[in-house]
Amino acid sequence: MGGLDWVVIQKNLPFLMQGLLTTFQLALVAISGGLLLGILVGMARLSSIRVIYYPATAFVNIMRSLPLILVIFWFYFLVPVIAGRPMGDFFSACVAFVVFEAAYFAEIVRAGIQSISSGQVQAAYSTGFNYGETMRYIIIPQALRNMVPSLLTQAVVVFQDTSLAYVIGLKEFLRSASIVDAREMRSLELYAFVGIVYFLVCFAMSKLSKRLEAKRGHAQ
Amino acid sequence: MLSYNFNWSIIWTEPYGQWMLQGIWVTVRLGFICWFIALALGIIIGTFRVTPFRPLRIFGAVYTEVFRDIPLLVQLFFWYFAAPSILPKSIEMWLYRGLPDSEFWIVVVGLSIYTSSRIAEHIRAGMQSISQDQYYAALSTGFTHFQTYRFIIIPYAVRIVMPPLTAECLTVFKNTALAMTVGVLETTFMSQQIEAYTFQGIEATTAASLVYMGITLAVVFLMGLVEKRLAVPGLITRSGGR
Repeated sequence: MGGLDWVVIQKNLPFLMQGLLTTFQLALVAISGGLLLGILVGMARLSSIRVIYYPATAFVNIMRSLPLILVIFWFYFLVPVIAGRPMGDFFSACVAFVVFEAAYFAEIVRAGIQSISSGQVQAAYSTGFNYGETMRYIIIPQALRNMVPSLLTQAVVVFQDTSLAYVIGLKEFLRSASIVDAREMRSLELYAFVGIVYFLVCFAMSKLSKRLEAKRGHAQ
Repeated sequence: MLSYNFNWSIIWTEPYGQWMLQGIWVTVRLGFICWFIALALGIIIGTFRVTPFRPLRIFGAVYTEVFRDIPLLVQLFFWYFAAPSILPKSIEMWLYRGLPDSEFWIVVVGLSIYTSSRIAEHIRAGMQSISQDQYYAALSTGFTHFQTYRFIIIPYAVRIVMPPLTAECLTVFKNTALAMTVGVLETTFMSQQIEAYTFQGIEATTAASLVYMGITLAVVFLMGLVEKRLAVPGLITRSGGR
């Protein structure tokens, strides 16, 4: 090899940034969609009604025992069959991530809800709130606040996970780098660059989550 | 609905059933090797992070931050495509041409290091939960620093963090699926190869899913046994089995 040649990064920067943008979009969909679905599943995991509790528990346990790659393939094959027509890589990746990450978010949400004293529920009921209102206005807002550090940690994980969409050919950040690499034969520079960018984003996010956690610990 | 013809027998007909079994064997082997290397490395790095020696602490902190904050897939690509080019030409050639199963061993390196950085964090948390008095008591009975860690602190810490270690062990086996991207013929790779030959993607992926669920159950069972054997009486109380 003839020394490092960082010009390759500069030359292909617009293409790589396009990939990074896709990564961010996918991460955004996965985090927001996963969290929303996760809240529902997490509440279902605490339900006393069996037909709600058992399917939710089965869903969480099955998802958590499967590798994400496999779930991505699952929806890659399944989404066109269900939709009746090809839906594109990005859409099926979004569905796979929302469903998969929901299982992990659900466990965080469940722990968060369980951290709220049951007196809050009784107080809400006694002021005339029904279940939905109690959850919506009393429990979930408090629980979410308790969950912020764990949620941020999970968001970092999701952001890293989006690199797996590589396997179905989605042109996210890593796939973009490997496309450039196939043309330019500059693996070292390209993968080091990808690693550094991921590191910077994730490092900043996990530092933020640690700061929030420390702050919260201080307040208590 | 798009028309899709299910054909479940594809999973056990020749040669696809054979492929699946070979894939399972590679997954299990890869998972076990990485788990033990990662556990050893993780305990060492985790200990570094709580030692009184500053350089070791800094090394441990940098190691865990770097390997935890870069996606595993990017790390695998780095080890597979980029790292060998730093090595001397002859070693690079030997890696790609001479070494049988070179992809397998490169994944072992990447996955072990990645997992060890996560295990190190658990070990560190476990060690910090052990009272300082244990440490001083050990020193005052004449143990050296090394002996204190080896016989007092580490055995305690590992037992305390058994539940998160079980989760990490599951994660290792799940993460072996990423090895398919560099051409290791493990379960997920085989299932996708069956798909490529037969177009029965849903069946092949279902079969692979069942394999991973089986592995998960086995790991939970095995780690449960280990946990029971190692439990410190009076220290860890787990209400009810899982």
